[in-house]
Amino acid sequence: MRWLPLIFLLLTAVAVQAIENVAPFDDPAMQERYEHLVKELRCLVCQNESIADSNADLAADLRREVREMMIAGKTDAEIKAFMVDRYGEWILFRPRLLRQTWLLWFAPGILLLIGTIVAVRVVSQRARLYTDDPGDDPTGEPNA
Amino acid sequence: MIPELGHFALILAFCLALAQAGFALTGAHWNRVAWMNVARPAAAGQFVFVALSFGCLAWAFLHNDFTVAYVAQNSNSALPAPYKVAAVWGAHEGSLLLWVLVQAIWTIAVCALSRSLPHRFAARVIGVLGLVSAGFMLFALATSNAFERLVPAAVEGRDLNPILQDPALAIHPPVLYTGYVGFSVAFAFAIAAMLEGHLDSAWARWTRPWTTGAWCFLTVGIALGSWWAYYELGWGGWWFWDAVENASFMPWLAGTALIHSLAVTEKRGLFKSWTLLLAITAFSLSLLGTFLVRSGVLISVHAFASDPARGKYILLFLGTTIGIALLLYAWRAPRLKSEAGFMPVSRETFLLANNVLLIVAMALILLGTLYPLFLDYFGLVKQSVGPPYFEFVFLIPMIPLVLLLGAGMHAAWKRADASELLRFVRVPLVLALIAAVAVPWLVYGRNTVLTAVGVLAAVWVMASAWLAPISRWRQKRRLDAVPRAVMGMSLAHFGLGVFILGVTIAKSFSVEQDIPLQRAQSAHAGAYEFVFQGVEPRKGPNYEATRGTIEVRHGEDMVTILHPEKRTYLVQRNPMTESDIDASLSRDLYVALGEDVGNNAWSVRVQYKPLVRLIWLGALLMACGGLVAVSDRRYRRATVVAPEAARSLAQEA
Amino acid sequence: MQRFMGVLRFLLPAAVFAVLLRFLYVGLSLHPDVIPSPFIGKPAPALSLPTLHDETRTLSSTQFAGRPWLLNVWATWCVACREEHATLVEIARSKAVPMYGLDWKDDRGTALALLAQHGDPYDAVAFDAEGRVAIDWGVYGAPETFLIDADGTVVCKQIGPLDMDTWRSKFLPLISGAKKGPCT
Repeated sequence: MRWLPLIFLLLTAVAVQAIENVAPFDDPAMQERYEHLVKELRCLVCQNESIADSNADLAADLRREVREMMIAGKTDAEIKAFMVDRYGEWILFRPRLLRQTWLLWFAPGILLLIGTIVAVRVVSQRARLYTDDPGDDPTGEPNA
Repeated sequence: MIPELGHFALILAFCLALAQAGFALTGAHWNRVAWMNVARPAAAGQFVFVALSFGCLAWAFLHNDFTVAYVAQNSNSALPAPYKVAAVWGAHEGSLLLWVLVQAIWTIAVCALSRSLPHRFAARVIGVLGLVSAGFMLFALATSNAFERLVPAAVEGRDLNPILQDPALAIHPPVLYTGYVGFSVAFAFAIAAMLEGHLDSAWARWTRPWTTGAWCFLTVGIALGSWWAYYELGWGGWWFWDAVENASFMPWLAGTALIHSLAVTEKRGLFKSWTLLLAITAFSLSLLGTFLVRSGVLISVHAFASDPARGKYILLFLGTTIGIALLLYAWRAPRLKSEAGFMPVSRETFLLANNVLLIVAMALILLGTLYPLFLDYFGLVKQSVGPPYFEFVFLIPMIPLVLLLGAGMHAAWKRADASELLRFVRVPLVLALIAAVAVPWLVYGRNTVLTAVGVLAAVWVMASAWLAPISRWRQKRRLDAVPRAVMGMSLAHFGLGVFILGVTIAKSFSVEQDIPLQRAQSAHAGAYEFVFQGVEPRKGPNYEATRGTIEVRHGEDMVTILHPEKRTYLVQRNPMTESDIDASLSRDLYVALGEDVGNNAWSVRVQYKPLVRLIWLGALLMACGGLVAVSDRRYRRATVVAPEAARSLAQEA
Repeated sequence: MQRFMGVLRFLLPAAVFAVLLRFLYVGLSLHPDVIPSPFIGKPAPALSLPTLHDETRTLSSTQFAGRPWLLNVWATWCVACREEHATLVEIARSKAVPMYGLDWKDDRGTALALLAQHGDPYDAVAFDAEGRVAIDWGVYGAPETFLIDADGTVVCKQIGPLDMDTWRSKFLPLISGAKKGPCT
């Protein structure tokens, strides 16, 4: 029941998007780097948005932190570490490669490997069946 | 009175659905024609009462009956009438009733269009559909009664969430549900085949149009949601890899794989058990999506207010339905062997690759979506899996898929000649390679590897898609020499290429600017200048707004004047942003109003988005292609009644 | 292996599905939106801010070293904070542990008025006008309550309103020494 306010906030907060009230960086490269960074950090209030998109006060505060850290010359890794120290891994939309995310990051390779193995087995089995008995009907015209 | 009538009608419909399922399935099992004959009338009756029930709820909305709790929570007297109708499915209880209605519509469609199917098989299909309907109706009646009265009645309603007061979002659920529910038909066909104990090309030919039809609706439903998010949510984004969005995309991927797998089963009698599994999977993913959006298990902006009790029910339903289906599969599938063969270079191999890659993509999205839940389950540190992950991972199987697609479309069955195939597609190949390098440079002034690959894939597919119809047309110089199935396939693949082009260019070359502006100050995006000309107040039917004026210039010319708004709806009082867009196929110019930042300045977001409309145009073309393919003559051919049914009919007589 | 690939593999989908169901069922009782604090079991972040009542005075966490203390993050705009206010007043009356408030991104006048009207459970209140200290503590949704032990380690965090049951079962045992280490 106590989560009702939070849920209400989650459902309605999408209504307003976060438009920066601060002017962009003069340096376009810095601005681009900033835009990428804030898209990678998750808003803890409007939890399905990045701090770039969220209009929550906390998101604006976190954007301010990112901006100030960039001006102070911190690297992307340092800024992300700052956030993770305070809010945990959860705040990163792109999970870091940790032991508990190995499966996540190796999954594409593993699944493709399994898929390829299965496909190769099927194709070689069917090729054998074909050469044993090509069948009467000619190789079909490709109609859908 | 009317709401009670609606409630009662739903109960009657539930009983009829049970009768439909009970008689049809037991009748098919014991070969009792009289029992099987109950199926169609029962289904028709079910539809009538479901429609009545839905109609009663709609009536309650249109007549501002705030004694009904659901109406009081989701409507308001000042709500424009069309949105009162849309409000019927604006929250959980009503959307469930909508699901039941759509299920009933598909069921009577199957009843009407299945007269040429073997009697016993058709009875089984209708019976299974009855079970699914009954399951959802039980869910609605037991946990989510839309007709519950509110005592004491509300004087005025709480209003429909303003974010839902929009034409695209109003029809998004009905279209989407038509897609989800349509996969229950393929599921029913699969169960019926497993109950029969055999599956052949004819089965595939019957199943295909239903599956493709459902797929078309799902495509449009997803596209509608994406388009709405783009113009309504104000960020210029159109896909967020949100848990519920993923939940709609996964059945789409499985459905696409299913359509292609059915092609092989129909033509060669191959991949039978795999096709069965896909049919079960596509529908399970539809049910999983329903579960995810209502249970609170995953964080999502789309979630209805989460209720673990409802979640438990859906999980039970999901578990029982799919569990039984998969056990049936384990029992029957081993016998569905085929001795047909094909060479490594053949249409079959390309379609196999298609399926593998689509299912890998679906599995990756499933893994990413559920991963936070897995970690939480094991008590490990909470992790987020968001757009950066999904965007990267999704491309891994998709790039090979679209590259293979251009050639695979034209491969011959059983044995294709690789060099012959390459020769056939040489023109699109060359076009694509040139475009990949030249177009980004010439048009937008820069290029990257990813952009080039995207353009390559898009042009490759777009050009290659038309080779088949063109070569067919050349043979006879007549348009009707191109079978609708081929035309549909080409159109759908062309649509995919258009979609890829839109995504690639929009992502690579969009320009966005957030900036506080005073009157007569301007922002730049792309080659356009956006001049802010202040704001003024405005009143709408159920909201108050602040309306901004922004002039858009291209060099010396005035292109357009845009009016973004900040609205406050009178009842729910949450601020809403209405962006304004100057749309054209070549580019969108997008402006949204932020806040009054003092000093007579407002923060404004301007965006230049090239070719972004192609994203939804491509999806629309894909759906059209599917519809064209479904209308092919061969699906309307009457079938010979299966021997056993003929024998049993003769016995009964 | 042949046998498996032959017949048993058809049971694989059902088996995978059963596992998935198990995860989803357990998921129904989990709270995906609650983000646990990475500070549990670690030294508390620094805190040094002007107080709410007197701008010239500074409240600093170094002053609290040597005994356990409670930090409660609240604001007048936070609806859920009203829910727990009575509980906090009661806890303060019990004098179990010093309680300090962190007034998060608030208006000084409104905050003082609220404390005057509903009671002031805090030994002192730090005024975080810009929210920087709150970020340092990993605060994301008021109200939040931290329990810091005598060594300066964060041993418990409550996200959401604090009620007497939670206070008695989770916080008190750690304060009295009946239980050790971070709360579960």
